[in-house]
Amino acid sequence: MTKKKKSRILVFILSLLCYLGLTSFTDIQELIAGIIVSLIVSLIAGRFLLQNDKFVKHFLRIFKAIKYLFLFLWEMAKANIHVAYLVLHPDLPIKPGIVKIKSNLKNDSSITALANSITLTPGTLTIDVNDENHDLYIHCIDVKSENVLINTNTIGGKFEKLLAEVFE
Amino acid sequence: MIDKIGMFFICTGILFDFFGVLGLVRLPDVYNRLQAATKCVTFGSAGILFGVFLIQGFNSFGFKAILGIAFLFLTSPVSAHAIARSAHKSGVPMADVTVVDQYKDDLELKGD
Amino acid sequence: MKVVRWLIGLMCIGAFLYGNFLVFQGNLLIKLMNIILFCSLFVLFRVIFGPTAADRIIAVDILGVLIIGLLALTSLFYEQGFFMDIGLIWALMSFVAALAFSKILEGRTLDD
Repeated sequence: MTKKKKSRILVFILSLLCYLGLTSFTDIQELIAGIIVSLIVSLIAGRFLLQNDKFVKHFLRIFKAIKYLFLFLWEMAKANIHVAYLVLHPDLPIKPGIVKIKSNLKNDSSITALANSITLTPGTLTIDVNDENHDLYIHCIDVKSENVLINTNTIGGKFEKLLAEVFE
Repeated sequence: MIDKIGMFFICTGILFDFFGVLGLVRLPDVYNRLQAATKCVTFGSAGILFGVFLIQGFNSFGFKAILGIAFLFLTSPVSAHAIARSAHKSGVPMADVTVVDQYKDDLELKGD
Repeated sequence: MKVVRWLIGLMCIGAFLYGNFLVFQGNLLIKLMNIILFCSLFVLFRVIFGPTAADRIIAVDILGVLIIGLLALTSLFYEQGFFMDIGLIWALMSFVAALAFSKILEGRTLDD
């Protein structure tokens, strides 16, 4: 079975589940309509979901993905309390700036996940990604140091190990 | 009981919405405003949707709320990233308190 | 000057809280929805008086995320599921709009 076929079957199952969840699944007519609609969707746009084969083989890494999700939610709650403190302070104690960090991730999807989780965690916002040597430019609301290696450890270090285990 | 937990989540979400909007008004330049607004308002709206899911339970209504949370977490960092990048490229100035700008330095190196 | 701005802001927030929780008699969900509408007034301030175009784009994007929370509360109040559908479609449209605006701001056309 080729990669495209696997991807199409996965898209078919996911979109059928979404359809049945969005409509209240009590009727046989809705089931038939859902099967027809998800067949059309998987024929048109089904080949883009799976980029590499490994994700299907190692199914155990879904537990690591759940662990990553909980770490991410905890960091995000801390981020919101930090921003609320900064906004409510009368003097606005901010020291903004744009710094550069390096990352070892090679995959496109893992770099996207790293950039998105950096954006949603305390005081940092991804501005640009260099395609060739995988540098990330990050806007910090409170710059601690201007060294590249120290910033790599403090900003991206927490997520990078778990993301390398999940995606690569 | 589950209704009270849901109302607690809804009230927390509205509180964080208010903080994010306050940051949008108070902070000095585009990038800082983007930080406060994106983080706090996304978290607040996700909190409201999660409270609605807890009150409604697992019917089609609650499933739509869960789908909305996943959608917010996927799209809001992407649009923040796009807006910040295009603002920097179109030359929107940074505030006076800015300490360092390594992105601009690297772009100038590449240009030479 | 700074003190005057602080006083005006605190007076606005205090007057709103007094009117919403002490004078207005109504359901709790309606009071919570009023808070979100008050927050969107702050966002409209940024839309009107924003110094650059990027500020206005951020404000419109944030307004979309706020309205998703408002529609979730509305659907909880009327117990109608279709408001959630409107919220999901609104999130999609505002995401695409933010991407298109940022592309125009960067100086490219929508074709490439």
